[in-house]
Amino acid sequence: MTAAGRTNYDEMLHEDGSVRPAYADFRNWYDSQDKGWLKRQDAEAERFFRRIGITFNVYGDDAAEERLIPFDMIPRIITAREWRKLTRGIEQRVRALNAFLQDLYHRQEIIRSGRLPISALRDNEAFLSQMIGMTPPGGVYTHIVGIDLVRTGPEEFMVLEDNARTPSGVSYMLENRETMMAMFPELFTRIPVRPVSDYPRRLARSLRACAPPAFKGSGRPTVAVLTPGIYNSAYFEHAFLADQMGAELVEGSDLRVVDGRVAMRTTTGFKAIDVIYRRVDDDYLDPLSFQPDSVLGVAGIMDVYRSGGVTIANAPGTGIADDKAIYSYMPEIVEFYTGEKPILSNVPTWRCSEPDALAYVLDNLSELVVKEVHGSGGYGMLIGPTSSKKELADFETKLRARPDNYIAQPTLSLSTVPIFTKEGLAPRHVDLRPFVLVSPEGIDITPGGLTRVALKKGSLVVNSSQGGGTKDSWVLDE
Amino acid sequence: MLGRAANGVYWMSRYLERAENTARLIDVGFHLALTRGNKHSQDEEWKSVLTTTGQVGDYCRAHGEFTGAQVFNFLLRDKDNPGSVLSMVENARTNARMVRNSLTNAVWETTNEGWMHLRDLLARPVRETNLGEVLGQIRRTGTLVRGALEGTMLRNEVFNFARIGTFIERADSTARILDVKYYVLLPSAAWVGSSLDNVQWDTLLRSVAGNRAYSWLNAGALESRGIAKFLILDGQFPRSLVFCYDKLRSNMAGLAKQYGGETPAHELLRATGKALHETSIEAIFDMGLHEFLQDFIGKTGNLGNAIAADYRFIE
Repeated sequence: MTAAGRTNYDEMLHEDGSVRPAYADFRNWYDSQDKGWLKRQDAEAERFFRRIGITFNVYGDDAAEERLIPFDMIPRIITAREWRKLTRGIEQRVRALNAFLQDLYHRQEIIRSGRLPISALRDNEAFLSQMIGMTPPGGVYTHIVGIDLVRTGPEEFMVLEDNARTPSGVSYMLENRETMMAMFPELFTRIPVRPVSDYPRRLARSLRACAPPAFKGSGRPTVAVLTPGIYNSAYFEHAFLADQMGAELVEGSDLRVVDGRVAMRTTTGFKAIDVIYRRVDDDYLDPLSFQPDSVLGVAGIMDVYRSGGVTIANAPGTGIADDKAIYSYMPEIVEFYTGEKPILSNVPTWRCSEPDALAYVLDNLSELVVKEVHGSGGYGMLIGPTSSKKELADFETKLRARPDNYIAQPTLSLSTVPIFTKEGLAPRHVDLRPFVLVSPEGIDITPGGLTRVALKKGSLVVNSSQGGGTKDSWVLDE
Repeated sequence: MLGRAANGVYWMSRYLERAENTARLIDVGFHLALTRGNKHSQDEEWKSVLTTTGQVGDYCRAHGEFTGAQVFNFLLRDKDNPGSVLSMVENARTNARMVRNSLTNAVWETTNEGWMHLRDLLARPVRETNLGEVLGQIRRTGTLVRGALEGTMLRNEVFNFARIGTFIERADSTARILDVKYYVLLPSAAWVGSSLDNVQWDTLLRSVAGNRAYSWLNAGALESRGIAKFLILDGQFPRSLVFCYDKLRSNMAGLAKQYGGETPAHELLRATGKALHETSIEAIFDMGLHEFLQDFIGKTGNLGNAIAADYRFIE
């Protein structure tokens, strides 16, 4: 869809074309650079990424084809004041998400109180009955959360999506910064940018703080990253994080249950693991409890988990909290568990399962964005304003057949940030995914996050699987 | 270290070594074919390359004639040939990617770049005019990765498993080349001294990058028994059987030290290594070179299997 005709908020420029304070130092630097040199740096960045193998695999593309997520070298800049407010909002939301999960798998007060209809849980595959009555080690459900934010005005940041399962992208946040520092070191001496590079260390500390009861050693708990393997789209990130944390990178075939613990096959025998940062979905975690034909998980891991032999991060069953049907109730959820008004607002959402909402959505389909309730990655969604008559008609058929499978949202006028093009700077739409760590010690938010950018002029789709790129995201120091 | 990771670095090294050895055999086949006047004997040379790599059966299932370009394209880049150089470098790179965390950036990047470069070079059929460039790139990839391992890796279990992969593969390869080539050369024993014969023996040395070293040690005199001795027993030559076993012994000792004990594989290694050091070229020829090499290839295979079992490469 194009945003032509709409006025969207540009994060670098005022409406009169003058530069906003956040970007002032950067623009001074940029204007003084030789543009031919910048173009060469731009090409160099791509070679750099490909050589070190930061690639991802696109599902549905040619088998095992590895692609680069395009990197744009103009940073996205957030002021200290903006970040302070975001931080408070994110922290509040993440606290609420964990309290919500604890409640859903225990007393379900929120349903008893009538704030959330039982229908939101019924027939919802993301709700795992295996987790009922179980409290994860340290009481933490979502050890790692990615909150997708969009901006529509100077003070308006909205949550587009909560990612409470296995959010990805943090390796791009880190590599983008590394690349920027390597290409333009002088920028970082001129402009005070808050560092992100200690994320892996903070992640390791956060995970170790959630060791299971079975860990009694005097040393440090053993952490492993569980990956589906090299053909997974985020394999690079799994390997990268394991490497940076000094943790083992394991696959299901490396693991088995030995003496009531989950253990990995080393060259000298099986060794127990205390905390598993898993990057496989719930369904594949344990063939005995979930998908019987899964080879990605570990048979019996859920029994070990329930008896306190291992910590699984994120906990199984957290998907219920980022389900798009639940999303629409988030303002109520935040208020119910924190007793406060939500600091960050939701995007207005129509639940197509409700007849009135469905009628409205069908009447206004060409204006709305319609998403599958359980979909992700930009797949299976309709963007009304850019769809043809036929696409709209086809989607309407799907929508009428299974209205409960969809939610709809207004087409937002996302903020823009400049990207580097051959013709100079050009505005493109962006979102922001900050990464949040949760442990019994507290909630830890890395300043910045991953900015995804729709590289096509006017496009609002920032997903990397749909041709989006990424940028380095700067939070300015006080 | 995970057993799967040990398996990964071991095979990464083996595949790179094998790709390099195949490149060298193609190089030799190409040189020999150039010196042959008629097509029939050129084809015979190419067939002999396939015999040495053990791929003549696979080749014949798809092709009738042993034309040069057809043979070297089959060996380099045929999609249906799992033993092609491209497949092997891809396998090496896949293994490296799987165990990336055990490798330094330098090792991973040289492996990845080598693969990218070869993938591009081998995207289209190779012609005689760019064969040299392709073969050079294959050798360079192996050399760079070995150099990166040598120059950047901790001398720990990962390094040892990588080196063990290299030398198991190299020992096996040298033994096979010697076995096949020598076998082919034997009927022409009466020709000793003729120029054709010299070309053949020189070929054998070139296949293991030993022609210069051999000439230097023997003042240029080619002698069949001396060549066999050089390839089997000369501890100075980095592709000889003795050299490979000495390296295996040192890397296996590294594992024993790190893990605080030996395994059954150490026993096998010691037995074969000791026999190699105690034998002489006369004793080998008394036993029969072919029988000796077949026995050696079998024992090296057993050693590889024992290492995989002892260090839990697979479930």
